[in-house]
Amino acid sequence: MINRHVLSVLVENHSGVLSRVAGLFSRRGYNIDSLTVGETEDTTVSRMTIVVRGDDYTLEQIKKQLHKLVDVIRVVTLDPEASVYRELVLVKVNADADSRAAISEIADIFRAKIIDVSAGTMTVEITGDESKVKAFIDLVKPYGIRELARTGITALQRGEREIKNLN
Amino acid sequence: MKLNGAEILLNCLLEHQVDTIFGFPGGAVLNIYDALTKYTDRITHYLTSHEQGAAHAADGYARSTGKVGVCLATSGPGATNLVTGIATAYMDSVPMVAITGNVPVSLLGKDSFQEVDITGITMPITKHNFIVKDVHELADTVRRAFRIAQEGRPGPVLIDIPKDVTGNVCDYESAEPLPIQPITKTITEEALEKAASLLRDSKRPFVYAGGGVINADASNELVDFAERVSAPVCCSLMGLGGFPGDHRLFTGMIGMHGAKTSNLAATQCDLFIGIGARFSDRVVSNVKRFAPAAEILHIDIDPAEINKNIQTHHHVIGDLKHVIERLNAKIDPMKRPSWIQQIETWKQQFPLYAGSTGLQPHAIVRRIHDLTNGEAIIATEVGQNQIWAAQGYQFTRPRTFISSGGLGTMGFGLGAAIGAQVGNPGRRVINIAGDGSFRMNCNELATAVEYRLPVIVVILNNHALGMVRQWQDLFYDSRFSQTTLGNSTNFAKLAEAYGALGLDIVKPEQVEPVLTQALAANRTVVINCEIDPDDKVFPIVPPGAAIEEVITE
Ligand SMILES: Cc1ncc(C[n+]2csc(CCOP(=O)(O)OP(=O)(O)O)c2C)c(N)n1
Repeated sequence: MINRHVLSVLVENHSGVLSRVAGLFSRRGYNIDSLTVGETEDTTVSRMTIVVRGDDYTLEQIKKQLHKLVDVIRVVTLDPEASVYRELVLVKVNADADSRAAISEIADIFRAKIIDVSAGTMTVEITGDESKVKAFIDLVKPYGIRELARTGITALQRGEREIKNLN
Repeated sequence: MKLNGAEILLNCLLEHQVDTIFGFPGGAVLNIYDALTKYTDRITHYLTSHEQGAAHAADGYARSTGKVGVCLATSGPGATNLVTGIATAYMDSVPMVAITGNVPVSLLGKDSFQEVDITGITMPITKHNFIVKDVHELADTVRRAFRIAQEGRPGPVLIDIPKDVTGNVCDYESAEPLPIQPITKTITEEALEKAASLLRDSKRPFVYAGGGVINADASNELVDFAERVSAPVCCSLMGLGGFPGDHRLFTGMIGMHGAKTSNLAATQCDLFIGIGARFSDRVVSNVKRFAPAAEILHIDIDPAEINKNIQTHHHVIGDLKHVIERLNAKIDPMKRPSWIQQIETWKQQFPLYAGSTGLQPHAIVRRIHDLTNGEAIIATEVGQNQIWAAQGYQFTRPRTFISSGGLGTMGFGLGAAIGAQVGNPGRRVINIAGDGSFRMNCNELATAVEYRLPVIVVILNNHALGMVRQWQDLFYDSRFSQTTLGNSTNFAKLAEAYGALGLDIVKPEQVEPVLTQALAANRTVVINCEIDPDDKVFPIVPPGAAIEEVITE
């Protein structure tokens, strides 16, 4: 059965690591929904959060193949129940004098921020997990989405759980 | 001690006991070649005709000695010429360090003269690779490269060094490399116990040994294991020599061109034990119908091989020598007379190429075997020649069959034979070749002659790209498309032009005397041996079939 999985991957923070990981996925035919990467609390280490689609066989293969890369330190499949996921999305919607108030109201409800306004558009920044982001996008869609940019999911495990302590 | 990057590189090679490298110079490696002049007493550089030859030679050196093979090339075309050789080593898990020069750091990324992104190009065909942009990082990078090439499942590592890095000076302190430790912490008592109980419960166990057995130096342990559990053993192409070919429990190769006994045993066994092998498509064919009656036990160093090509019932991960040794300690000797009897019956019933004589390739390979007492190192090209060599020569020791298994690289054999001869000066090294493959890289004859290497090339000359022709014959209604090579090249004369001894075998009665003459010549020899273009490799499992459904003639 094809499922979505969120992988948290610690890698050495040097050039080339991203292309090694991306190359591995394309060469072995694994599908990436999104990939984010940035430095961690230790500046020599980066964390990648990779959302992949695949059955259990593919997930197992992805994890093992990632492990074989010399620059990969740790690979963990995040448990949705025990993790927090966040994504930041910028949405530029059509907004004239008539619709501006309504869009602003929707943004308020979602605790989204209006970060740019022009005569014909409004740009909203929304942060949240996938379902929140999707609900927001669905609601503003009727006004006409001009442009949209997403960071992709980044994630951490909840509470005392840490990637360093897991296998 | 202050040294420039080139000298640091050579000192790091010496730290790792490297006394032999294969390479080809150029602008970006001038500093390294200059430094080499000061190290000629400790490092012998073999200049090949082509960088591909250098990579195959380093590979053949590594496969035949177990040491790390080292090759060296300049930037741009020098580096890209290594690519096929690196990919060949990668597919067969050969420990190799490839060193390339590049343009100076300040010119990187500007499409400078002879610049290529060789780390980008070789990312998918190396175990790991590096570009070193600061001479201060050079020594440790080289040390890491040697460690990575050898540790766990071996493989090629490339180090790309811009020209200014080999010219810049910094402090160098020599270091003793830490020994490479076998991977044993993954071997659990529980996993071993379960493996032992599967063996105890099995009535018809069958072992499939791969190249991992040779890499782990686990042949003796494997023989002990097979005798102890009374299991017949087959080998993958890469595994040949890892289990003695003259052992009563040996059933021959398995897979597409496997012995029928091996393929039948795989189909009828109740426990199929893969050891240091990866269940490649050339072995398994139709995965749904492979070993239908068996549970599959997989023992391997690489966790990513478990459940990759086939679903296993149980596995043990770790250094094979240790796994098998510890497994042996758990198992009391077992007897399975009826299973062994069955295997024996099949072996009698299905011999390979029964009645092969004269200029038939199997008969020629058997002659080569007998005249060398089965003690030669046999390199091969790719195609029918490779399979005839694999089937006909009885390999009794590891590291004696040098062949491109995973990539199937035509043009591999001569370079590999040169590397094997350099690494084993006292041994006989013979390259069993096809005319098509030989044409690809015969330029390396110049290398063999120049260094007075007594390599013998036996061209099984069918004037065709035989293996492809065979497929066209069997599966494409004999429409021979671009597989006929014609008659225009006189290989014996070509050999003479290179300064080698060129000989012909055109009649059956010449086989023995000409081979004998070649073996006594003590120089590079090419034997052009005329064979029938319609001679085929059998058995063959047709595409999509189960492995016991072999065509045998
Ligand atoms: C570099 C390369 N190109 C193409 C092939 C495809 N191929 C596999 S076997 C073969 C024929 C080999 O002919 P030859 O060397 O004459 O050997 P024979 O099969 O006749 O013994 C070819 C073309 C290959 N394996 N390697």
